[in-house]
Amino acid sequence: MHAPDGFLQPSVALVTAILSIGVLALGLRHAGRELGDRQVPLAGVAAAFIFAAQMVNFPVAAGTTGHLLGGALAVVLLGPWVGMLVVSVVVIVQALLFADGGLTALGYNTLNMAIVTAFGGWAAFLLVRKVMPRTSGGVIGAGALAAGVSVVLSAAAFSIEWLFGASAPVAFDTVFGAMVGVHVLIGVGEAVLTGLVLSAVMASRPDLVIGANHLTSDELAVRSRVGMRPFLIGSVLAAVVVGVVISQFAASSPDGLERVAIDNGFAESATDHAFGSSLFSDYATAGVSNESLSLAVAGVAGIAVTLLVGGGVLSASRSVRRRQMV
Amino acid sequence: MPACSVVVRDLRFRYPGEHHDALHGLSIEVAEGERVAVLGPNGSGKTTFVMHLNGLLSMQSGEIRIGDLSVVEDNLREVRRVVGAVFQDADDQLFMSTVREDVAFGPANLGISGSELDELVERTLKRVGADGYADRNPHHLSGGEKRRVAIATVLSMDPHVLILDEPTSGLDPAGRRELIDLLSGLAQTQLIVTHDLPLALQLCARSVIVSGGKVVADAPTVELLSDVELLAQHRLELPMGFDPSRL
Amino acid sequence: MSGAHGSTVSRIFIPGDSQIHRLSPETKLVAVVAAVIVMAVTPRHEVVAFALDAVGAWSVIALSGIGVRTYLKRLAVIIPFILFAVIVPFLSGGESVQVVGVSLSVDGLWATWNILVKAGLGATMSIALSATTPVAELLHGMTRLRVPRLLVAIIAFMLRYIDVLVEQLGRMRRSMVARGHDPRWLWQIKPIASSAGALFVRSYERGERVHQAMLARGYSGVMPVVNDRHASTREWLSVMAYPFMFAVVLVVVV
Repeated sequence: MHAPDGFLQPSVALVTAILSIGVLALGLRHAGRELGDRQVPLAGVAAAFIFAAQMVNFPVAAGTTGHLLGGALAVVLLGPWVGMLVVSVVVIVQALLFADGGLTALGYNTLNMAIVTAFGGWAAFLLVRKVMPRTSGGVIGAGALAAGVSVVLSAAAFSIEWLFGASAPVAFDTVFGAMVGVHVLIGVGEAVLTGLVLSAVMASRPDLVIGANHLTSDELAVRSRVGMRPFLIGSVLAAVVVGVVISQFAASSPDGLERVAIDNGFAESATDHAFGSSLFSDYATAGVSNESLSLAVAGVAGIAVTLLVGGGVLSASRSVRRRQMV
Repeated sequence: MPACSVVVRDLRFRYPGEHHDALHGLSIEVAEGERVAVLGPNGSGKTTFVMHLNGLLSMQSGEIRIGDLSVVEDNLREVRRVVGAVFQDADDQLFMSTVREDVAFGPANLGISGSELDELVERTLKRVGADGYADRNPHHLSGGEKRRVAIATVLSMDPHVLILDEPTSGLDPAGRRELIDLLSGLAQTQLIVTHDLPLALQLCARSVIVSGGKVVADAPTVELLSDVELLAQHRLELPMGFDPSRL
Repeated sequence: MSGAHGSTVSRIFIPGDSQIHRLSPETKLVAVVAAVIVMAVTPRHEVVAFALDAVGAWSVIALSGIGVRTYLKRLAVIIPFILFAVIVPFLSGGESVQVVGVSLSVDGLWATWNILVKAGLGATMSIALSATTPVAELLHGMTRLRVPRLLVAIIAFMLRYIDVLVEQLGRMRRSMVARGHDPRWLWQIKPIASSAGALFVRSYERGERVHQAMLARGYSGVMPVVNDRHASTREWLSVMAYPFMFAVVLVVVV
C-alpha cells in the first residue's frame, strides 16, 4: 500500500505529513531516552530486518505468495516507540531509495503503514494479552491477532483519508468496502506469519520480546503446543467472522458499479450538501444516495482507529514512564 | 613507542543467570610490545576475558592494568583509546556506510576533525595496505580486505595494545598470509585469540591456554604446541602433518 | 503492497560522472522534493504543464546516463497503482463517454490520468536521485539538511545491514531448498517463518555486537560528524533553478 505521489489531495498530504513528523519527533525523543545509545544500532538493524522480512515470499496456495508487513511484529518485539520508528524508517527508505511510495505521499504512507499499525497494533496486543493465559503461547496469540487487526486498521485509516482527499470519483463506501475487505484477507496472512515468527523468537530468545516482558521465567517455560492446522483453521474462522461483520456494512451501501448506473449525474447535486462541500472531499461522498450512511460508516471506522491508536500511544507513554521510575 | 604492558590479576566473572564462573581467577602478564597467543577450546572464557580488557564487560572481581592505567569505570574513555579491539566478525566492526567513515569513527570520537582526520584516515589505510579503499562500501570488500580495514579502524586511534579475536577465520590462504605480514609489522602489544595454532607459532613467541576460565598453561609457543597430551586435554589439535619442532 | 523491492541497497547507486552525479547530495534532495511537490499540486487538467514537467524529468534521466532499461525497470514499482488507476473510470460516476461500447466516466478518466502522471513523474524524480547519489552521500546530505542525527543514524545502520541480512536469509533459504523444502501451501510455511524468527534473533545480536564495537572505539551516544563539507551558494542556486523551472511552468500555464 505504498501510495504514489498525487494519490490523495495535497491538503491531506500536508496534514498527514505534519502529523507524522510530530509523532516521529516524539518517537525519537522516547527512543533516545528509553534505553539510551544502544537503541541506535539496534533500531537500524531491526529496520533492516523488517525490510528483509518483507522480501520473504510465503506460499499462500497453489504457487501464489504473500509477504509480511511487519508493523505489529515490530512493536511486539521492540516496544511501541522503537517499533514505530523502525517501521517508519523502512517506509521512508523505500520511498527515498526504491521509489516505492511517493515522496509527497510520505505523510500518509508513514501514518498508515507505520504509525497506525504500530500504535493500533500495540493497543490491540495489550487488550488481547489481558484475556490470554500468561504463557508464551498467550503472547504469540495476542501478537498474531494484533497483527491482523493492525492491517485492517491501516486500511480503514486510508479509507478515512480518502474521505477528505479523494483524487478520483470513487465513493468512500466503495473504497472502504474494498480496502477493508481485501485487508481482512491480508490480515489473516499477517496474523499467521507474525504468530509463527514470534513463536520462533520466543522459542530461542524470549528475553528479546518486549511484549513478553511481563512474564516470569516460569510462565515462559510453559509451552502450550498448538499445532499448525488448528492455528490456521482458527485464524481463518476469525477472519470469516470479521469479514461477515464488515460485509454487513458494505452490503447496506449498494455496490459501486450499480450505484453509478442508477445515480448518474448525482455528483453535481451532492456538492451542495453542507458536509460534502466543506470538510470532506466532494468525490468521496459523491455517487452515494445515502450520504449520512456513508458518513456513519466513516465515523465508526474513524472512532475505532482513533481509539486504538490513541490507546496505543497512551499505554506506550505510560510504560516508558514506569520504566523511568524504576 | 606505542606499546604498553598488560597485567591481569585474579579476574572472576559470572554471566547473570548462570551457575558457573565464566572466568575463574584468570591471571596473566604481558610485557610491552609482546605478542601472545591466547588458545583454548570453545566456551573456555577467552572472549569473555578479552572483553574485559577494554571494559566492554565490567569486572566483578580482580584487577586489570593497561600500562599505568587501571581499567575502571572512570578511566573507560582513556582505556578504550589505548586498547584497540578487532572483533571476530568484521561486519560488526565495519558498521558505517564507507570505509572512510569507519576508519574515522574512533578518532572523530576523540575529537579529531577536518583535514587532520582526512590525513589520518589516508595514512592508516596505507599502513594496512588498503589505500584507495576510502570511498568503498564495506559490504563490497573481500574477507581479507574487511579484516585489514577492521584493523585500520582501531589503528587510527593510535592504540598501545591490540586485541584480535580469531583474526584469520574465514580468510583464504593469501589473505591469511597478508594479515600475518601486517600484524608482525605492528609494534603494539598484541593479544591474539585463535584456534589457528600455526598462526600462533608464526606470530607469537609465547602462548597461553585458557580453559575453565583460567590460564592453565603459559609457555613458549613451540613448547606448548609440542606437548600433544596437553593440547588434546584442551581440545586443541595441530593440522595433520604439522610438526612445530621442524620449523 | 508490492513485495518486490527489485534490487538491494548496494545496487541502487549507478556509478557515473554525469552532471547529475556531481551535484551535491543535499541540493539534489531538496530540488527533487520541491519538484515533486510542484508536480503534485499541479491541477490535473493542465496537460501542457505535465508535458513540460515530463520533458524536464526525462532530461534529468537522460543527463544522468543511467539508461532507459534501468529506468523502466525501477519505474515498475508503480505498476500496482496503474492497475488501480485503470479500474477507476469503471467505478466512477458523473458524465460518461462511450469507448468501444463501454461507458466510462469522464471524471474517472481524468482521475486515472492524474494518478498515472503524478505517480510516474514522482517516481522518475526519486529514481534520478537515488541512482545518481551514493547512499553514504545521501545520508551526509540529510545530516546537512538538519534531519535529526538519530534518524539519519538509524537509516544508515539499516542501509549498511540490509544486504548482510538478505544474504543470511538467502543462505538459510538455500539450505532449506537443498534439503528438499518446496512449500506451496499456507500450512507448509513454518520452516520459512522459523528462519525469519532466527533472522530476527541474529539481527538483534548483530545490533548488540555493533554497539560494542562502537563503544570500543569511544562512542559516547553521539554519532560523530565525519564529513562536514557544505554546498556552496552557487551550487544551491543552480540546482534550485530546476524546481523553480517547474513552478514557472505551473504559473505560466495555469
